[in-house]
Amino acid sequence: MMPRISLTSSLRDAVDGAESIELHAETIGEMFAKLAERYPRMADRIDAGIAVAIDGQIYRDDWNAKIPADAAEVFLLPRIQGG
Amino acid sequence: MTGVLVSTTINGDAVQFACPTDETLLDSLRNRVGLTGAKEGCGTGDCGACSITLDGRLVCACLVLGVEANGREIGTVEGLVEDGKLHPLQEKFIEHAALQCGICTPGFLVAAKTLLEKNPKPSEEQIRYALAGNLCRCTGYDKIVRAVQAAAKEMRKK
Amino acid sequence: MGHDTNYQDREFKTIGTRVKRPDGIDKVTGRAKYGADAFAPGQLVGKVLRSPHAHAIIQKIDISKAEKLAGVKAIITSADLPDLTGSNRGMTDILENCMARGRALYHGHAVAAVAAIDEQTAKQALKLIKVTYKLLPHVTDVDEAMLPDAPIIQDFVLQDGKPSNIAGISTFGHGDVDAGFAEADVIVEKSYKTEQTHQGYIEPHACLANVSSDGSGELWVTTQGHFSFRVVCSTLLGLDMAKLKVTSSEIGGGFGGKTHVWTEPLALALSRKANRPVKLVMTRDEVFKASGPTSSTSMDIKIGAKKDGTITAATAILRYQDGAFPGIWGMLGAMTAYACYDLKNVKTVGHDVLVNRPKVAAYRAPSAPMAAFGVESTMDLVANEIGMSPLDFRIKNAAKEGTQASYGPVYGPIGIGPTLEAVKKHPHMRAKLKKNQGRGMACGFWFNFGGQTCVDLNIGPDGTVSLTIGTIDVGGSRASLSLIVAEELGIPYDQVRTNIGDTASLGHNDTTEGSRGTFSSGMAAIFAARDAVGVLRERAAKMWDIPVDDVVWADGVATATGAKHSNLPPLTLADIAAKAASTGGPIAGHNEVVADNAGVSFASHICDVEVDPDTGGTKIIRYTVIQDAGKAIHPDYVEGQFQGGAAQGIGWALNEEYIYGADGCLQNTGFLDYRIPVCSDLPFIDTQILEIPNPNHPYGVRGVGETSIVPPLAAIGNAVSHAAGVRMTHIPMSAPRILKAIDDAKA
Repeated sequence: MMPRISLTSSLRDAVDGAESIELHAETIGEMFAKLAERYPRMADRIDAGIAVAIDGQIYRDDWNAKIPADAAEVFLLPRIQGG
Repeated sequence: MTGVLVSTTINGDAVQFACPTDETLLDSLRNRVGLTGAKEGCGTGDCGACSITLDGRLVCACLVLGVEANGREIGTVEGLVEDGKLHPLQEKFIEHAALQCGICTPGFLVAAKTLLEKNPKPSEEQIRYALAGNLCRCTGYDKIVRAVQAAAKEMRKK
Repeated sequence: MGHDTNYQDREFKTIGTRVKRPDGIDKVTGRAKYGADAFAPGQLVGKVLRSPHAHAIIQKIDISKAEKLAGVKAIITSADLPDLTGSNRGMTDILENCMARGRALYHGHAVAAVAAIDEQTAKQALKLIKVTYKLLPHVTDVDEAMLPDAPIIQDFVLQDGKPSNIAGISTFGHGDVDAGFAEADVIVEKSYKTEQTHQGYIEPHACLANVSSDGSGELWVTTQGHFSFRVVCSTLLGLDMAKLKVTSSEIGGGFGGKTHVWTEPLALALSRKANRPVKLVMTRDEVFKASGPTSSTSMDIKIGAKKDGTITAATAILRYQDGAFPGIWGMLGAMTAYACYDLKNVKTVGHDVLVNRPKVAAYRAPSAPMAAFGVESTMDLVANEIGMSPLDFRIKNAAKEGTQASYGPVYGPIGIGPTLEAVKKHPHMRAKLKKNQGRGMACGFWFNFGGQTCVDLNIGPDGTVSLTIGTIDVGGSRASLSLIVAEELGIPYDQVRTNIGDTASLGHNDTTEGSRGTFSSGMAAIFAARDAVGVLRERAAKMWDIPVDDVVWADGVATATGAKHSNLPPLTLADIAAKAASTGGPIAGHNEVVADNAGVSFASHICDVEVDPDTGGTKIIRYTVIQDAGKAIHPDYVEGQFQGGAAQGIGWALNEEYIYGADGCLQNTGFLDYRIPVCSDLPFIDTQILEIPNPNHPYGVRGVGETSIVPPLAAIGNAVSHAAGVRMTHIPMSAPRILKAIDDAKA
């Protein structure tokens, strides 16, 4: 059962327009590596900064964070900062 | 630099320095005398971060020339401590968390001290208007006013 | 490193007490050292020459006369700042913003800089630099900049293959808004505008740079992120990062505006060229013209609802100006606009637009206040149409655990519902209103962030504890962090001292933004303390010559457990520290963590205003902030954040704006005409701290610093609508604007 990875609209052009992708990964880092492999244009976007929301919790930096196999949702967002 | 020798009293101590005639007292205090408590927030007398007293009167040091200090008495935040003890205003500011970043605090302390010297029992409104020349961007003034009220109460006991 | 970040419910002994902050005495005596309070032997004064034009080609910069002036030691232009960024667009934009490269892009854009023996000479040198400009057409309004014939700011920005000022269009949302609107009984559509504001920190940017001929350097600077400054400055100047030591001074306010470099690379470049220390302090005029204000915006909001109060569809088309360089500010507005609500059909579009204005920087919950103004004003209008109270309308549609946020992910446990319920119960809602007074409320949302953090905890030979952190103390966090360490070690607060380390003393720490200071450094401090406890137990075990499993640490002492050790008196920190040399050396705890999962933050504000119908002047009569803090480590400083953000929002709502002339130049570059709230403008600001623990922090801490600036614009707009009977759509709602609205309504 692979978590569905949804992407915010500003990232979709890098994955050939897909709104969501099925991909198996155990950590955020692994997911990014596989995305960059499958979609070369994602490599630049990952470098520019992508935040990941796993079941609502936002991760900005922790690429070791685990993606639970039963995660209902993994959502990719632009990396945001505060003030 | 063509300078003028200035002989003045700062926080009760005799001090001499030389400065150009177009230098502000704020710059003289900070750069020549080494008293950096007064801060430059705007340089145009709008923020009060450089508040000092000149012969007991509250002024913005950025609006006074260094040479004007000659023969006069200056009070800065560094002079609030007496006999090694914090002034009640200083105590209450810490106790009531009346500072966050603290950049405006020296100016507020000098301004509040001159207020309480003139009016030992100010109303909330009087405190707010007396301090309206000192800008704070962090606190919303709430805890500053409370600290001044507490210090006034403490000082009236003595 | 194997530490559990999950919340553990417990009774606290020191956390939550209102202790005195450790830097308090320095700050009330004038001893604390801020950016401009450092001096180096032989230091030069740095000054920057800035463009008097909004948009111009720089044809020539003639420094020959200035160079010859006695006392001038170095002059730099962009020729002294080669592009070493390796085509990193973000970095080249920073480089070009610090100093113009062939084109001045806004009034105040740096064009050259000098270092001289004193301020008089530096100012004189600036006057002797002759710059030849060729004026270009300019545009400063966000809507005008989007028109097809607008002057183009950056030629690398394209839309549909054509040069454009629209640097980005971001869409968020889910569902089918057309179907949703078709279902609605009531639809309200309205457009709003907000003007540009500045963070308004009282301390101008200031630094002291000292670069040696071997390429090593030191930078003393007022900043929210000395580690990120080190990264940026060393990249831009081609310095070895490990050889650049950046020390943060005390900071006189930041609010996001000190997360970026402005003059620091120039000071370093001048110092390198002159081979002497250079002190560079911005004037207030320069701060307004050439640091990073927030966006001005225009937006179209549309909300549809059924008669029973259920929102069926909501859209927001937002246009934010980024200044002269692309940013993500419109995107952030689009993400936050409807974040408070549980919506089946929602669509937000954020435009990032370039104009001839300074490069926009974050301002406390960046981009959220403007979008919230539009949404929260419209929420009241819809509630009025339906005949429901604005509060009940919000409660009915509030986001909760399991809601899909309008920006995408599904929420975990959140605090919007509880803050609204708290508003309902709050005595402010029942206070009597007098003539010309009105009450309004509004909600706000902001993200909280974690980030790379590391701390060192060292136990001195006398048992006192020194915690070294890498986040800046913007509002009292040293006290909170000392409380955390005291709690973990079971010792009195006074035995702990927290200091901010320079970049040579710690590993990388992310910038203090995103309300992350206490959350992140706090988490690292907890884990470092737990590491230290492990070491203390081992040392006690050695001193007693018993297995470490028989040693328990609690309430500040090591105790030997078990009947056979009952003769051993407990050992204090001081006892163990005194013997450290013979048990293994200095005792320390250490932690590096990528604190993440800080959660999100919600607030609800209530505001009473009085509007003078003859002048349009508005007075704040009463103000209440209700916000979830997760766990308030030091309640005074949490209250302080609530009050400070509200005060900034009040200024933004009623007075503050950047005023540009037809020549594209900023007209109000001082605190007289850029009027922030003063003491006599405000009443006491009531606060209510809710504590709904963050499940992803051991103490339940949430970020608190930013959210309180988000609700005030609309809370005041809604209050004014009740006090004066007019719906304001242009921020700031200054007296002339309100008076005009009142007069127009009468006509």
